[in-house]
Amino acid sequence: MPGTFIPSNYLPIIIICIFATIIGLSPLLIGSLLRPRRSYRQKLLPYESGNEPIGEPRYKFSVKFYIVAMLFVVFDVEAVFLYPWAVAYDKLGIFGFVEMMMFIFILLIGYIYAWEKGALDWE
Amino acid sequence: MTLPQLFFAYFAVSITGLSLLVVTRKNPVHGVLWMLVLFVHIAMLYLFLNAEFLAAIQIIIYAGAILVLFLFVVMLLNLRVEETERRFQWSWPVGLVAAGGYAVSLIFILVKITVFPQPGHYTIEKMQTEGNLMIIGKVLYTKYLLPFEITSLILLVAIIGAVVLTKKKQE
Repeated sequence: MPGTFIPSNYLPIIIICIFATIIGLSPLLIGSLLRPRRSYRQKLLPYESGNEPIGEPRYKFSVKFYIVAMLFVVFDVEAVFLYPWAVAYDKLGIFGFVEMMMFIFILLIGYIYAWEKGALDWE
Repeated sequence: MTLPQLFFAYFAVSITGLSLLVVTRKNPVHGVLWMLVLFVHIAMLYLFLNAEFLAAIQIIIYAGAILVLFLFVVMLLNLRVEETERRFQWSWPVGLVAAGGYAVSLIFILVKITVFPQPGHYTIEKMQTEGNLMIIGKVLYTKYLLPFEITSLILLVAIIGAVVLTKKKQE
């Protein structure tokens, strides 16, 4: 019956998550309870060598970062498909091998294309 | 209320709440960061469905890679609050239609599995004895061979699309 499964192997991970949350949040909480709150305009300004800050703190990112992130996602997904294949490799035999080679070959075309187009260069 | 139901209730409520937080934040960067918490909660829900591999993938791919992509897009566009409000105000009917369609299909599935319950081939005991990855590997690379190969084409399109969009002026 669905909904009755408890992943008891993962109990240590949940405990770590709870502890990590407590450790992360408690300094913020204690700090906000203890520190004095006397703020005025000059104190809240971002520090910029004593000058008045000019313009927005956020600026437009270069599109170069996007292509790197996009390629990372694609090859991350490729690596994910390799996990179950590697585990079930003995059961799949030569058929599974050929199949995965086709998969990797198609992505290799994309890789070579990106390389040739200079998407991997950081000029 | 049993323990699994208690866990499910927590995840159902927090996923709904986190989704609302994601779409209602004025600052898009805050929205994306709430999405990180949302993805982790969804991964936990997968864990309770005895889908360990899917839970790991949810963390690695969604929380690790796709979220970074979202963050980059938000920072690339660098929208100010007023700008976003003006530009995306009209889009709520589209969202309503999409959400309505999704809700209808969910109700259909819910009715189908409650009226005609079909016990699955892969029970919890079988998954536990044989191993999650082993079963996924055996099914994915034999029965679902074609969708798997199509995935590589979709990924190829993603690479080429990204390269074409960003590397326009090449002399």
